[in-house]
Amino acid sequence: MTKSYREITLEGLWTNTILFSQTLALCPLLAVTGTATNGLGLGLATTAVLVASGFLISLLRNFIEPEIRIPAYVLIIAGLVTIVDLFMNAYLHNLYKILGLFIPLIVTNCAILGRAESFASKARVLPSVLDGLMMGVGFTFALILLGAVREILGSGTLFAGASLLLGPSFSFLEMTVIPDYSGFLILILPPGGFIMLSLIIVGKRMIDNQFEKARQMDDDPIEPVGKQITI
Amino acid sequence: MSDADIDANNLQTPDSSPSAWQKSRERLAAFYERHRDNPIYLSVLLGGFCLICALILASSHLATLEPIALRQKEDLQSSLAKVIPAALHDNDLVKDAYALKAADGTETMLYPAYRNGAFAAVAYQVSAVGYGGPILSLIGVDKEGSLLGTEVLMHTETPGLGDRIESSRGDWIKQFTGRSLGDPEPEKWKVKKDGGYFDQLSGATITPRAVVLSVRNGLQFFKAHQEQIVHCPKGICEEGSGS
Repeated sequence: MTKSYREITLEGLWTNTILFSQTLALCPLLAVTGTATNGLGLGLATTAVLVASGFLISLLRNFIEPEIRIPAYVLIIAGLVTIVDLFMNAYLHNLYKILGLFIPLIVTNCAILGRAESFASKARVLPSVLDGLMMGVGFTFALILLGAVREILGSGTLFAGASLLLGPSFSFLEMTVIPDYSGFLILILPPGGFIMLSLIIVGKRMIDNQFEKARQMDDDPIEPVGKQITI
Repeated sequence: MSDADIDANNLQTPDSSPSAWQKSRERLAAFYERHRDNPIYLSVLLGGFCLICALILASSHLATLEPIALRQKEDLQSSLAKVIPAALHDNDLVKDAYALKAADGTETMLYPAYRNGAFAAVAYQVSAVGYGGPILSLIGVDKEGSLLGTEVLMHTETPGLGDRIESSRGDWIKQFTGRSLGDPEPEKWKVKKDGGYFDQLSGATITPRAVVLSVRNGLQFFKAHQEQIVHCPKGICEEGSGS
């Protein structure tokens, strides 16, 4: 696998994001992104596990025979998440009380197994770690975006509870966007997650199409004319 | 023994040692190539992974066992401190905890508060089923049966809606403080939507309903066992003082 670091970054952040392009990890997504803060929490926890699993699986890729790779990856990821869970509970207890909810969701997160299978098992350590980081950052941004839209339309606030997750110094993030808003319940419940996600994917595809058109016109302005003739 | 083996053993000159090393490496590689598809090799490999994983997990479990127990005790103590003011007692609530057996056989863990050896208040857990599952709360009750404080310990309510019952996310839970079974009267122990005394949360009615119900049940539990809780320190009734 030969991909430049620039390509890996671009794929993780835009062209092949976990949520909007691979549409993986929908199960925790719907449960969690009722608020932007919860989206951020799940995103951070997932990013940490993606980086660590990318590192470990890439390191062990020559020992894991293809026939047993899936159980071996599941074992590594589940073991890793459990260890993180235990140590966070013991030594970062306040963070654990907030993020702890998200950690069991990561064990069953197909996005991490997907990255292990399609990238880390074939690439060197450094690109794998970068891929995990970029996929994680892209995932986090997507979760925050979805959480923010659902939170604003669903309950009229933004980043409610951020100071609980990030500490009191981040309380400036918490704001009431629409005062005295009675709330739009369905957007906070899981079906609202599906609806918002589909709308965001439509938006992203439209942007991609615009880019594609602009690129084609830049590349070769005559070709579209030629194509028109054949039609 | 093959010819190659004999050759390798006979050539013991210093400059031949790298080649012997290389040969054994090649033999290992050939061995691996021959057996890499063997189910037994794959089973052993996977088993080895499992074993290493299990060892790492077991040792991290052991390493974190004590700190986690300590953190959970701290959590319990800080929750208890929220429902029973520190000024009311001079004992260690967790240390003096005991289980009270009700007539129907269920046991409730009580955290009694004493001041100068006299009973001052008690805290215990109450629960009711909310919108997303059970809601576990802790209530503190003084010896007259008035609520000193209420704190939600665990719930799975909708984030952004039902989770405002948490004391860190709103003041809703504080309206119970000072209330008792006679204030408001028992039939008013409901949310306003049901014709009761207590506020609901906008967008969430089932959750506050469950909390109000669980607190009321908790107070009824206290009323039913008041004699025993107040007059029998640590649940052991002295002769003549208990029922």
